[in-house]
Parts: sequence; C-alpha cells; structure tokens
Amino acid sequence: MADIRNNFVGIKSPNPFWLASAPPTDKAYNVIRAFKAGWGGVVWKTLGEEGPPVVNVNGPRYGAIWGADRRLLGLNNIELITDRDLQTNLREIKQVKKDWPDRAVVVSLMVPCVEESWKAILPLVEETGADGIELNFGCPHGMSERGMGSAVGQVPEYIEMVVRWCKANTRMPVITKLTPNITDIRKPARAALAGGTDAVSLINTINSITSVNLDTFSPEPSIDGKGTHGGYCGPAVKPIALNMVAEIARDQETRGLPISAIGGITTWRDAAEFMALGAGNAQVCTAAMTYGFKIVQEMIAGLENWMDEKGHRSLDDIVGRAMPNVTDWQYLNLNYVAKAHIDQDACIKCGRCHIACEDTSHQAITAMVDGVRHFEVMEDECVGCNLCVNVCPVENCITMVPLAAGVIDQRTKQPVSPVYANWTQHPNNPAARQAAE
Amino acid sequence: MPEGQFKEGIAGGRLAPSQYDDNFADLHPPLDHHEALVESDRCYFCYDAPCMHACPTEIDIPLFIRQISTGNPIGSAKTIFDQNILGGMCARVCPTETLCEEACVREEAEGKPVQIGRLQRYATDTAMTAGKQFYERAAPTGRKIAVVGAGPAGLAAAHRLARYGHDVTIFEAKEKAGGLNEYGIAAYKSTDDFAQAEVDYVTAIGGITIEHGRALGRDIHLADLAAAYDAVFLGMGLGGVNALRAEGEDAGGVDNAVEFIAELRQAEDLASLPVGRKVVVVGGGMTAIDAAVQSKLLGAEEVTIVYRRGKEHMNASEFEQDLAASKGVTIRHWLQPRRVVSQSGKVAGIELEYTEMQDGRLVGLGQTVTVPADQVFKAIGQTFVGDHLNGSGASIAMRDGRIEVDAEGRTSNAKVWAGGDCVADAREDLTVAAVAAGRDAAESIHRALRGAGG
Repeated sequence: MADIRNNFVGIKSPNPFWLASAPPTDKAYNVIRAFKAGWGGVVWKTLGEEGPPVVNVNGPRYGAIWGADRRLLGLNNIELITDRDLQTNLREIKQVKKDWPDRAVVVSLMVPCVEESWKAILPLVEETGADGIELNFGCPHGMSERGMGSAVGQVPEYIEMVVRWCKANTRMPVITKLTPNITDIRKPARAALAGGTDAVSLINTINSITSVNLDTFSPEPSIDGKGTHGGYCGPAVKPIALNMVAEIARDQETRGLPISAIGGITTWRDAAEFMALGAGNAQVCTAAMTYGFKIVQEMIAGLENWMDEKGHRSLDDIVGRAMPNVTDWQYLNLNYVAKAHIDQDACIKCGRCHIACEDTSHQAITAMVDGVRHFEVMEDECVGCNLCVNVCPVENCITMVPLAAGVIDQRTKQPVSPVYANWTQHPNNPAARQAAE
Repeated sequence: MPEGQFKEGIAGGRLAPSQYDDNFADLHPPLDHHEALVESDRCYFCYDAPCMHACPTEIDIPLFIRQISTGNPIGSAKTIFDQNILGGMCARVCPTETLCEEACVREEAEGKPVQIGRLQRYATDTAMTAGKQFYERAAPTGRKIAVVGAGPAGLAAAHRLARYGHDVTIFEAKEKAGGLNEYGIAAYKSTDDFAQAEVDYVTAIGGITIEHGRALGRDIHLADLAAAYDAVFLGMGLGGVNALRAEGEDAGGVDNAVEFIAELRQAEDLASLPVGRKVVVVGGGMTAIDAAVQSKLLGAEEVTIVYRRGKEHMNASEFEQDLAASKGVTIRHWLQPRRVVSQSGKVAGIELEYTEMQDGRLVGLGQTVTVPADQVFKAIGQTFVGDHLNGSGASIAMRDGRIEVDAEGRTSNAKVWAGGDCVADAREDLTVAAVAAGRDAAESIHRALRGAGG
C-alpha cells in the first residue's frame, strides 16, 4: 500500500491534500467537518490585523462559468479576508489544532506592509500552536486596493522585505503565496527565496470578470448594478497553475524551493500532476466549494491506487518526476514525427475531427470515402497537430502515433530521422547558422 | 347487468371518469427549461450531421439544438420552421427512433441518442406559445393556386406558396383542417387540440383560404380547378381502407381502425366512446398500434394485435410496439385472418391461420386458432381512391394505384402537382414526409410560375 503521508517543510499531514485559504477554512465549524471528511490539512482563511472587522459586500460574492450540463469550470470571487474577529479566529485555531494534532493547520496572514504589523500578529499565531504561516500576497481584489495582497505580491522587493520580517520574528515555517497576476512568476518566487521563505504556494486567483449581464449590462457578479474584477479559480485555471509551478520548479535560482500547489485541483489526478511537476503537496478550494468535503475520499483513494499500480511507495517517489521533461520549445525534437490515427471501431462518426481539420487546420481528414461517411487521416497532409484528438468526443478514438525511425513521412516524403535535433541546430535558425560559421 | 369494465360487447364508460384524462395525457410531456438545457448540452454539433440527413425535411438539427443551448429557443424554432412549418406536430408524432434519433451519433456511442424530438417540441412550443411568426408574405403575385386536402402535405405546400405571395385556396372534404394530424393520430400524441392550433399558426401568414366540406369528385373537379387556377396541388391522402378478405367481415363489430381513431380524436367525451371488452386489431402498422393502445386506454380488457408476418416486418417502430406492450396489448405474429366468427350478426371471434415464409413467400399453414373478440379493427393499410381524378379533362397518370409524380412532385398534367400519401412512392407514410413533399412541390410550382411569368 502506498504511503501518502506528507511532510511539507516539516509540517506533517496524513495526506497531501490541504484545503486552501478560502471560505471553506474560515472557522472551526468548517475545518472540523473537513478533518472529519479526511482532509490532511488546512490553510486557515486569511487573518488581518486586530481592529474593526473587515467588511464584505452583502450581495453576490461569486461568479462562474460552466461547461456542458452546467458543470462548474471556473469560479470567481470578490470576498475579502476573514471578516471575523481576530481573537475568535485565534481561539478556534488553537482549539482545532489541539483536537486534531495529526492534521496540518497553517494560518494565512495579511497585514499592512509595515514591520510593526507583522511583529504584532506573528506571536499571536505562534501561540495557537499552528504549524506554519502562509503569507497572502495574492488576493487580487479589495485588499490590493489598500496596499495588501497582490499589491505586495506584484512587487518582488516588497515580497522579499515582508518575508524577511516574518522569518526574523517567528520560528514557524513561512509559506509565501504568490499571485499569478504578473508577467513572470519566477521573479516573485526568487524574491521570496531571497527573503528566506521556506516555501511558496501558488497560484492565487487570477483577475477576472466572469460574464456580463446582457439585460442590465452589469459585470457579474453584480452588486447593485456594478461589478468589479474578482479572483478566478477552478478547473479552468489549472493549466496556468501547472505552468507557473513548473517554471519555479525548474528555474536555476529557485530549483528545490518547496512548492505547495494551488489552482483548479479537483481530482487525485490533478494533484498527482502538480506533484510530478515538483509540488510537495496540493491545496484545494473550488472543488470542495462545488462538491463538498467528501471529494477528498476520492482523492486519497485515487492517489493510493495509482501509486500502487505504478509501484510508487511514497510521495517522494513522484514529486518532481515530470520536471526533467519540462523544457523550452527550442529543445523539442524536431525529428519526432507523429500522425493522428482514428480507431474506426471507436469512431461514432460525428465528423468533428474532419470539420476542425478542414476549416481551421490542415485538410488532413476525410469526410467521405467511396460515397460513405468515413473519417480517416490522410497522412500526406497530417502535420500531427493533435487538434482532432482534442475535439473528438470519444476518449482514445483518435491517437497520435509516432512514426518509427526510417519510416517515410508521407507529408514530407522524407524518412524519419533517428537523430534528436532541435531548433538550436536547425539550418533555418539564424543563431544556429552563426554558431556554425 | 355487469357495469363498467365488465360490460360485455361494445360499450362506453368502462372506466372511472377521471381515468380517461390520465390515460390520454401527453405521451411525452414537454421538456421544461432545465431539461431542455441539459439535453441540448448533449448534442455534439456534428459535421454534416447524420440526424439532419435522416430527417425527411432536412431540418438543421445541430443548429437548432445549439440555439436552444445558448438560450435562443425562438431562433431555434425558426431554424426548424424554415425547413418544416409543421415542426410542432412532427416533434410529437415523428417516429424519431427510426429517423433522426436513430442516426444520432450518441445512439452509436452509448445507445442514448439526444432527444431531438422533444427538443424540437421545446423550441416550437416556445415560439408558438409566444405567437411568434417568422414569415411575411412576399408582394402578391396575382397567381392563384388550388390545394386539395388540408393535411400535412397541403398545409406545407400552402404555407410555402403563400410566402411567395401566391393566393392559395385549400379545398378540404372534412369539417376541420389538419388531415391525419387531426383525424388520424393517437390522442395522446396530440393533446390540447394542438392540430388546430398548428393549422391556425400556419395559416396566420395570410393568403390561405380553407374551404371546408369540399371533396374532390363530389363538390369540385380536377379539370375545373386546373382551368380556374394557375396550378393545383393534390394532397388528399388515402380515402379507402383495405378489406380483410376474410369470410364474414361484414359482421357487426368489425370496424375500420382509421375511423375509430378519427372518432376518438373528435369525441367530446371519451367515456361515451364505445369499445369492445375483447378487441382484436388486424395489422402491423402505426394505425394498428394506435387503435390497439387506445382501445386498451378506453378500458378494453383484452386487446390483441394479430399480424401475418414477424415482428421485424412490422411497419410500426420498435418503440411503438414496446409502447403497446407496456399498455397491456398482446402482439401475435404469423397469423392471418381466415374468418370472422359471428353470433346473431355480431362478431364473436376471429379465426386466424398460422403462416410462415417459404422461399420468400408468405404461406398459410392450414392450422388455425380462434381468438374471441367482440370488436375487430381492420388496420391492414389504406388505399388511394382515385376514380374521381380522371372523370373529365386531361387524365393524370397513375402508378401502383396512386398518382405518379416526379422528384419535384409534378404529375403528368403540367398544371398539377401532388404529394403526401396519395402519390406513388410516397416518400414514407409519415407526417414529416408529407410535409417535405408539400414544401418541395410548392417550390416546384413557384419555379414553374415564375418561369411562365417571364
């Protein structure tokens, strides 16, 4: 049986599935329900400094986009950090950690960008017995207008400064949560590392407007006829998050920096993918907000089954396993040739592969053969783009089949070369030509 | 005297009064908004979709379903009506399981096609309930066209001709328009007087006059129509019913299924409609199923369909056969009528001979069985009564007992077109096929008139 116990920067949990800092972790009631359901840990919803409570809007806080059958694909929110009294939160955190010592309890924090504020709150959190802190430098709405959240996360110098203050003022591990609303995710990660962070977590939510009401012309979610950008999350953001995690994992400067992955993780498979790209564990929010806490049971069992099937004994066996395979475009093998292949037994003849290829790509799939509706790849036209695979409604009906070395590529009429050759060596590359000269 | 369900012979009031409404409620209740969205999400928007080609009227099904899924049911209805102005009735009565839904790729993928018929009804109901009309007449052309028969073919032809600005007069023998939609379909497929609502919807375009009680050969004559009008479209369906050709079939209680179905559709009070306690229906098509199922729903205790060939030869679709079985109708195959057994002039049973196929021919085996019955319905096909067509003037060529037409619906008479069940090679004896034939003939007429007008 695979061992999925997690040790993330010294914070131990029975499994790598944590609930991200968000509404599901705002109070003891929810967190206890989550622990009962089996979650390995939580990042308690962000605490602010002592004072009058944060004020939220009283209208809708969430917007969404949906796929077929109204399956929620993307969620956006304009909720702020906790609007509960600081002391209440601290008291509850302390009690929960006492009652659930085997689970990870990390506390998310966001206070003004002055050292005094951080110095004031850190001991209070430390006193609860929490396992660590996560610095919320990501929240893209509301708090950012007050110089916190992503307003800090978008300035690497601020990140480094605040991380340094925290490291200087607490014994707790510091996880720095990054905003994706920047151009290069490596810069804030490097800054956090420079400040001494123990780990980074990402991605926080993405600036977004989910839709516009065409009756009222108000963006959604609409508050009295007006809308603002909110933080986008859910399955739709997963590819963006995967890339950002990979960028940090393979960056020369930040390589080895522990990463807690966040961004559209919905199933065990999503979590395993993030971990394969270098994440030490996985934080989940939207999936829980869509289906409830029970989904963690599927995640635990699914991860264990996959690991057993593949012979992975512990999480260490899978973390970072895909990293060596993430590279730059220029290093991709240009001599690799694949052609789409349609399994005629599996084909239901919807014709979407044909029309996608015909209208928008390479005119490489038939619609009719000998007067009969028939979809088949014309290898002399197929560039192996994979669009047909992606639009086919039947899984594994269309597959990309690599051509073996020596086989003639019907499109180029050339034999497939057995030699790896990339753009840096390609004769059409001016840089390569110069080097050769 | 036994009462209610136990009444012997042919009698009404077999059921509790409230039972009738339940029994004859909509067979497929309409999809509500949520159901329509969920179902429309299932459509793959296929390229050159097979469902579209399986539809005799070639409705752009992927497009109308996509319009439903994007919150545009009115636009969806227009996509349907562009091809089939009787799309509302077709949504109710089409044997979709042998047409669009059989061709749906999800039938191949998982045995569960998109419910195209019910989605079509959702869209057309939405537009018709909203009173949304999509077509305006073109400027009047001054051309006059006579249409014989206000059934699906005639209505479709009339609408298309009216759109082009022609003046259409429909001559209808019966009291109401709609043809088989009004008189010939099981009541649970067309509830709430939908057939008449649809006639009103179709004729609302203007330029269409319906003259009721005017039968060809009796009140009007083809030669006169051809002389008085610029073109004539014949869409009068089938007037005759095949005989059993069994001894004793004139006994009391041996009735035509089509008349029973028509009577039932027109009945003000279903409880007053008499039906036998033991009913036998002879035939294997939709009419047989409609008569049998409705007999059962009226309270007949035993209803048996007898058909001289096997299950796979029945014209009624598998769905219809299953529907009949689910209502308690027994279907017996490989039996052909030999003799109606009667007592005091009333049917008491029907003697049937076992049959089988030998060398591709159906043969009687000599062995018989007698099924008791106090009512027997004949549902072994309808025939075209064409005698009145060629009374005077130029004759119309016939083939296989029906009117011969070309691919555009043209008859041998240059001013006369025909479509629907009354033509040879009627595309299929379906409402939707009649609509296609009427529509296409109208296009042909329009082309001919425009050509003639220079």
